Amino acid sequence: MRTGPAALPTPERQLEMYRRMLRIRRFEETVAELMSGGQMVGSAHLAIGQEGAIVGACLALRDDDYMVGTHRSHGHPLGKGADPRPLMAELLGKATGVNQGLGGSMHLADFGVGSLGETSIVGSGLPIACGGALSAQLRGSDQVALAFFGDGAANEGTFHESLNLAAAWRLPVIFYCENNGYAITTSATLACSVADIAVRAQGYGIPGEVVDGQDALACWAAVDRAAARGRAGLGPSLVEAKTYRFREHSEGRKLVYRTDEEIAVWLQRDPIDLLRAHLLGAGVAAADLERIGGEVDEEIEASLEFAKASPYPDPDLPARVVFATPVGGGDA
Amino acid sequence: MTVASEPKRHLYLHAVIEAIKEEMRRDERVFVMGEDVESPLFWGPTGTFKEEFGGSRVRNTPMSEAAFVGAGIGAAMTGMRPLVEMTVASFLYVAFDQVVSMGAKSRFMFGGQASVPMVIRATSMYGRGLAAQHSDRPYPAFMGIPGLKIVAPTTSADVFGLMKSAIRDDDLVLFMEDVNLHGTRGEIPEGDHLVPIGRAAVRRPGTDVTAVGVSGGILAALAAAETLAGEGVSVEVIDPRTLAPLDTRTIIDSVARTGRLVVVDPAHRVCSVASEIAAVVAEEAFDSLRGPIVRVTTAQLPVPFSPSLEKGFYPTAEKVAEAIRRVAGGMAPP
Repeated sequence: MRTGPAALPTPERQLEMYRRMLRIRRFEETVAELMSGGQMVGSAHLAIGQEGAIVGACLALRDDDYMVGTHRSHGHPLGKGADPRPLMAELLGKATGVNQGLGGSMHLADFGVGSLGETSIVGSGLPIACGGALSAQLRGSDQVALAFFGDGAANEGTFHESLNLAAAWRLPVIFYCENNGYAITTSATLACSVADIAVRAQGYGIPGEVVDGQDALACWAAVDRAAARGRAGLGPSLVEAKTYRFREHSEGRKLVYRTDEEIAVWLQRDPIDLLRAHLLGAGVAAADLERIGGEVDEEIEASLEFAKASPYPDPDLPARVVFATPVGGGDA
Repeated sequence: MTVASEPKRHLYLHAVIEAIKEEMRRDERVFVMGEDVESPLFWGPTGTFKEEFGGSRVRNTPMSEAAFVGAGIGAAMTGMRPLVEMTVASFLYVAFDQVVSMGAKSRFMFGGQASVPMVIRATSMYGRGLAAQHSDRPYPAFMGIPGLKIVAPTTSADVFGLMKSAIRDDDLVLFMEDVNLHGTRGEIPEGDHLVPIGRAAVRRPGTDVTAVGVSGGILAALAAAETLAGEGVSVEVIDPRTLAPLDTRTIIDSVARTGRLVVVDPAHRVCSVASEIAAVVAEEAFDSLRGPIVRVTTAQLPVPFSPSLEKGFYPTAEKVAEAIRRVAGGMAPP
């Protein structure tokens, strides 16, 4: 089940990987400040600690490949290459938000980069990914669709139905589990019948693989293999990235269900630190990484300024957007 | 010189199938999937799609309602126009979250970045001895979900024209059929007959009482109107055709003329389409009303199996006639 990286992204892509992981980290740190400062309503589920699992997977996809996500929604579109400015504006409910302020933190989407939407009903995105893959198959395209989901979703019926459907129809889907160990407060060791969700692939006759979710390069390699399989018409794969969220389930909570010792162990394996060490070991100059860090800082700062300066949506926006083809003559 | 022939009266079930086939010929993006769609099991002898359109556009699904409804939504958001066949309407419940959370809300939540041009076809299979689970008429539950369009055509012409409109529509349309209508016949206008979504139809003009017949309830409403005509009461029968968004204007205009309203809906009584129509009329046409609004619905009980209990369980022409007599009771004799 466990296989090491068989290949590496190009050096340029490795630097892009580092940039996007930092972008998620800074974006999320900014969101944490907005939440604690009462400048943002609703909930915010941050991806800090899971950047390697996210960006590793996204960079193994092409720009025109599809992706669906989860309530922990900010990292996925950023990982796929979305502009952070409309994402930040969306979190503040602004008209310039990527969803015009209609979706918010748990429902980011950027169809321009293949992000078909994040969803806050656990497990509901997996069938949608099957649909993106089915569409590609019907159109004769070699696009693939990746479904991010968590360990909690692996116990939903849609997980099992989607694996079966995709396997039966050989759909090019990559079922990608970010197993961060907990469904809110419930440990996967108690909720899941198996230690590794990846073994469930066997029940559907498809490959299942566990990877170190803190190692972005290992995640990249696993998704690279799964994507190649999908493009070759061989059907879906299941990849399980073992990872950890460094913050709470959502901001503003303080719950006791993880031990300090457990948290400390994971904090020592920060995915950004690990990639940074790899890059430095591969001969990348520290100054180059600092420069990327500075650029990302400025970019996220500019995103926040953009979001804050943007207007709120018009009151008639909901009625205008609800249908693509408006119906006249009656009450909506 | 040709002898005028009787206009052809098409079976409702054949009309809807022919509409789907025409749209599949017209647009390569349209495909059909669902349980047993490759077989004429539910669709009758004309339901042979695979021979004409091939296995990729006509596909039997696993019994995974959530997965294949969701897959339809995903395909619709990425360039295809799926028709998802649920067969028995009660099976919608198994896919409820996908219909509600993804189908109805994706376009809105994602700020209009994508649409869900998809049709979900489902038939209310009541009155057939299928008992409580299989016999539901579940459209009211979906009417409370913003973002869904729901149609419930009752004639061959409408089922043909509304199916074509639904497939061409850029939004998710829940296409509700009624098994008691499948065997009815009617004329269909020649050519590419389209019926717009969101418009009610006056099925029978009248002056004394407005009777709205929802889905298969139209049969009881029309039969009752015929009976009442013999008693000197003129009943205007309205078919909403689209349940969401509801064409309330046509109903209100009728009530403004008649002052009396009976709503016939085979769904269960609580929060039925009849409830909604009654509320709208009470709010917006109160001054026109000359008596209480009466709903003729199905009792708030699960559907019983025994033929002796199921018979008469739903709105019947007799119950509707009785309701109309009640509301017309205050009328001066002609």
